[in-house]
Amino acid sequence: MNELDFDTPRFTIKKPAVRHDKQGDASDAERSAAAVHAFLRDMTRSAATYMESCIRCGHCAEACHFYVTSGDPQYTPIWKLEPLRQIWKREAGPFSWFHKKLKKPIDSNRLREWQELLYDSCTLCGRCTLACPMGIDIAALVAQARRGMFAAGLVPHELWAVAERAEREGSPLGATPRVLKERIEWLSDEHGVDIALDRPRADVLATLSSVELMKYPQSLVALAKILNRLGESWTFRSDGYEATNFGLFSGNLAWQRDMTLKLVDAAIACGAKTLVLPECGHAYGAMRWQGANMYGKPLPFRVLHISEFLAEAVRAGRLKLKPMQGTVTFHDPCQVSRRGGATGAPREVLAALGAELREMPPAGDASWCCGGGGGVITLHRADEQRYRAFEIKMRQVESSGAQRLATSCSNCRLTFDDGQAHYKWGRKMESLLELVAGSLAAP
Amino acid sequence: MPLLELARGPALAFSIAVLVFGLAWRLYGILRYPARVDYSEPRRRDLAAGGLRAIFAKMAPPKNVKVRAAAMANAYAYHLGLAVVVFGFAPHIAFFERYTGIGWPALPDALIYVAAGVTIVGLLIALLARLTDRVLRLLSSFDDYWSWFVTIAPLATGMALLPAPAEPVAVAIHLLSLELLLVWLPFGKLAHAALVFVSRWRTGVDFTRKGAAV
Ligand code: SF4
Ligand code: SF4
Repeated sequence: MNELDFDTPRFTIKKPAVRHDKQGDASDAERSAAAVHAFLRDMTRSAATYMESCIRCGHCAEACHFYVTSGDPQYTPIWKLEPLRQIWKREAGPFSWFHKKLKKPIDSNRLREWQELLYDSCTLCGRCTLACPMGIDIAALVAQARRGMFAAGLVPHELWAVAERAEREGSPLGATPRVLKERIEWLSDEHGVDIALDRPRADVLATLSSVELMKYPQSLVALAKILNRLGESWTFRSDGYEATNFGLFSGNLAWQRDMTLKLVDAAIACGAKTLVLPECGHAYGAMRWQGANMYGKPLPFRVLHISEFLAEAVRAGRLKLKPMQGTVTFHDPCQVSRRGGATGAPREVLAALGAELREMPPAGDASWCCGGGGGVITLHRADEQRYRAFEIKMRQVESSGAQRLATSCSNCRLTFDDGQAHYKWGRKMESLLELVAGSLAAP
Repeated sequence: MPLLELARGPALAFSIAVLVFGLAWRLYGILRYPARVDYSEPRRRDLAAGGLRAIFAKMAPPKNVKVRAAAMANAYAYHLGLAVVVFGFAPHIAFFERYTGIGWPALPDALIYVAAGVTIVGLLIALLARLTDRVLRLLSSFDDYWSWFVTIAPLATGMALLPAPAEPVAVAIHLLSLELLLVWLPFGKLAHAALVFVSRWRTGVDFTRKGAAV
């Protein structure tokens, strides 16, 4: 069961004949109690503030691709948190003693009803926060809510399956250490490039997304070419290579920690000074911003997204590039740009490529999400709304007038490829990393 | 005790006490949670400045993100109108001065009447939107409608005082309606008068650390 689907442009398990969107056999009461406990366990001052601050103005709706493309009010960002607001008010808010008298504890059926809103219709893109006059970080609250849902055993079938596979096999998409080794050998031979694996010592630990390994293996070749050209002492490690983190998406904090610590341990084992994250948005959030917190202390190495690494090399004059032809527009991965703070890095790299950048309005921090983040692309039942959301992206790209389009996230790239196939759209998403590797000037 | 005396004396003291203790309790209920310990290497370290920046930046309409423009314009109008009426009207300033000893120059009455009119119309439009817009209807609960009522009540009772000279009973009703607002403020959405600073500050601090957009 839960066979991986290698045949379609998107990447997940095959469409389940029968969905199992409930895990375990806990009673309804146990499920609600577990959700309440997990949600409140992670309560911080920021989250508590947000739970009290919404003024029900509805501005966030206009920022969310799922609302804008459907007009369905249930996709209003803050509405996705309604059960949590009720849990908060009754169990932990300043006036919980009053609400306890008025309201019954949350019912697990209500949580089950909210599964589609918390998983299928939120990519954790954070665009709604820009529109919110109170600055409520809805994406962070949705992630917190998902931890409650995981504890209740109420995770959508596909997301649970890939997250569980990631925990068990070390990769959500079958990129086990054996597959990694085989692919690296094959890619090295095929492209005549030295791809370092399991070097005992290295300054740079390179990591990857299994989407790249299984779908866009040329990305690994591109990374190797660039690192070799820069003369870096670097390696991939078979004990820590997978930078995607489905523990984070599904809402399992323990799995999230396990996945993060594999990379941390691998970096420490080879004495790396820098851990380079692949073209993957959420990997950036998981390691750059949450990694040290999973580790429980500051990390003994730097963490850079590949676009930041490239931008640094450009800035230091270490990366000489041939000029690129044509005009290009850049799709910002939400977790790297808007939520990650690295919006400028890919633009520095594109400038070094001599590309004529035609931004799609709005670009950068306010850019629209591709619709596939937050694990949404894995969910078959979310396809229709994801494709609808993707229409915004197609319009944005077309209105930029650029000839080529690039991004720096393989999950966005996958979403674009899938959307392109669905709409038979004559555009191809390219990888910034691969553009750079293809433009390396002769030494 | 005559109604006006009640409104000016014990009822005022009671409503201010509820306002102060209620808000303090609500803020304590939030601030008692620990600020997250974050070990990630910050991109920026000017976190307090970032908190303040967020407070001010979010006073302006968001850049590059479409919001409900008419609703936002209306919200600016009735917030400003309310501020002008509360702090610019000569009898209100005299009222503050009587209790606090602090006074300031008043705005012309004509301007106050315009501001009050704008505020009342704005609040009526806001109510209409809340009753008809599908998103707002879904989001709304008792708090939204009651908060609307206690906000417009002092405006309506205040308008009833014009033209002077006002009946003591009418003044008392105006004061009592204000006191109703003060008593409710800490418990519902009107607490955003204080929470707006806390919420934006938290986002500003957390996001500045990452260099992320607010
Ligand atoms: S984070 Fe993105 S997808 Fe989720 S509710 Fe906000 S705007 Fe919508
Ligand atoms: S924009 Fe912010 S304050 Fe307004 S409804 Fe959405 S979350 Fe609440």
